[in-house]
Amino acid sequence: MAKIDEYIPLVGQAVIDDLRLLGERLKGKVIQHINSTPVGGGVAEILNRMVPLLVELGVDAKWDVIKGGEQFFGVTKRFHNALHGRPEEITRRDFEIFMETSQRNIGEVNTYGDIVFVHDPQPIALVKKKDGNKWLWRCHIDVSEPDVRVWAFLMDFIAKFDSAVFSAPSFSRKLPIRQFLISPSIDPLSDKNKELPPETINAVLRKYDIKKDKPIIIQVSRFDRLKDPVGVIEAFLQVRRYVDCQLILAGGTAEDDPEGFKVLDEVREKARNNPDIHILLLPQNDIEINALQRASDVIIQKSIREGFGLTVSEALWKAKPVVASNVGGIPLQIKHKYSGLLCHSVEGASFAIKQLLSSPEYAKKLGENGREHIKNNFLITRHLRDYMLLFLSLYHPEDVVQLY
Amino acid sequence: MPELAKAKEPFRFCTRLHLSELTGLRATTLGQLAAFIKEVPGSCIYHHTHRFLQQHQYLSPEPPNDFAYWVSETLGEDELGEKLVSIDTMQYSTIRELREKISVTIEDYLRLNPLAKLKFARNGEEFHFIKSVSFVLPTNYVVYDLAGFIEVLRKITIDSIYFHIFEARLRLEKATNDFSYWIENSLGDKELADRISGFDPYTCTLEDLRNRLIQIVEKRISV
Repeated sequence: MAKIDEYIPLVGQAVIDDLRLLGERLKGKVIQHINSTPVGGGVAEILNRMVPLLVELGVDAKWDVIKGGEQFFGVTKRFHNALHGRPEEITRRDFEIFMETSQRNIGEVNTYGDIVFVHDPQPIALVKKKDGNKWLWRCHIDVSEPDVRVWAFLMDFIAKFDSAVFSAPSFSRKLPIRQFLISPSIDPLSDKNKELPPETINAVLRKYDIKKDKPIIIQVSRFDRLKDPVGVIEAFLQVRRYVDCQLILAGGTAEDDPEGFKVLDEVREKARNNPDIHILLLPQNDIEINALQRASDVIIQKSIREGFGLTVSEALWKAKPVVASNVGGIPLQIKHKYSGLLCHSVEGASFAIKQLLSSPEYAKKLGENGREHIKNNFLITRHLRDYMLLFLSLYHPEDVVQLY
Repeated sequence: MPELAKAKEPFRFCTRLHLSELTGLRATTLGQLAAFIKEVPGSCIYHHTHRFLQQHQYLSPEPPNDFAYWVSETLGEDELGEKLVSIDTMQYSTIRELREKISVTIEDYLRLNPLAKLKFARNGEEFHFIKSVSFVLPTNYVVYDLAGFIEVLRKITIDSIYFHIFEARLRLEKATNDFSYWIENSLGDKELADRISGFDPYTCTLEDLRNRLIQIVEKRISV
């Protein structure tokens, strides 16, 4: 795991100095993160990196996990889907199961933090224990069009927190508490994003029998309908009529997602007999994904819906020109025609890809702008800074906080 | 080279870090945008006229403000977008005046182009009003003369330069930027102070702004 000073060559000494200044202001406060799992999933991944870095910056950060069980997590999975706006049948028994497990956790989890930072809905009921300390609720989900019953149920808890945090402005709703916008981030030193030598990139291309004799377009995503891999192939076929190029669709399927294999079959069917379409079912292999992105000329993220879409930041960090759907957190990462191209349809995606392949200078400029944008706004150092400011905001209600 | 003047009072560089606070308010039409602009807190107007400058600091020249960007890119009202982007922020010494100018610009446009009222943003492309919460912290960089001043300018964060140039003047309603104030009042160099306050910092990127400041001061020292 990278140490804080290892980020200095990427973001500059002064940025790290600022983080240390903030760390000093939080001396004496215990920040207790609580979520539902120590491994797997985006929240655990980011906490695994952030908690040690916060400690290094002088913040007394801790991390605790609630206990669940199969039934409870079955219910919270359905809550998760319903909050994303997917139709789910939620029964009264589901709410009871949620409350029974929550009640046990209320009895067992010690909420000792000066600031208790609860991630996502699973541990949300712990707020009943609020007793003079500060409580934050971090919502990592797109709740722009949530199931009203589930949202109303959660609102009873949300209203008890001091502040809530969302990843994109469109996820925010009218709330009786303060709410902040904090985007997720990528770690530039992780295997997925670090610089790679050309030998590594070439070795990965050789492994998958991909020749660099024509431009490469890639989408890295789970084989999931919401990522529209079939739409990507359709866009590619439209481009291919005019430009000699090849497409890589790389990703995995979640083990708990039986639909993933169905989608993969549809994708294979659509790509049948086309030697320019490479479908790579990759297990979690960050270095290979990194290498494939770096070998590509255009990176696509043609999602129909996105929580945030951090693959866009990963692509832009590699200074690649990106074509992505205007959904979820993607417009925060791409300003159309400044740091990438946004699209709304197969035709729009195909037009944008053609533009980039035909105008390499324009494509290069968008990629360079994109990398700068990610450097300034979507690296883990910015995320650390926002979290520390968030903690300080709990003690300062004003709009201009003078910390002299 | 003549000996550099020592300041009566040292200059302590501060840094300004911001957190975005969501209001839950969203506009779908120009009419709604105009109405919200009148009623949202000043820190919302500040956020949407200055955020682009900080988040897109690599773009040059003249990055647009959020209102101009939304009006042009989402509603397709390029003429109004152009009017909004060309508002000369330097002319306004308070957020109140800037808000008034933006509001009048949109209302005048709607009067002359009533059909523009009928344009709606697509679902998911609404304008979301966000507040900027600023945290101002003193850094450990303290200088007593122009040589030290340049040295720190080279290494301080863009956030610090941003704070002393933009935020001090418009948001904290000081008569000039912090650098010019210190150079005039503690170093007694009014000419240099005027030269710094005389250029429009909104027309360059923040890194260009840093370089221009360094150049101006270097030139002064070498005289």
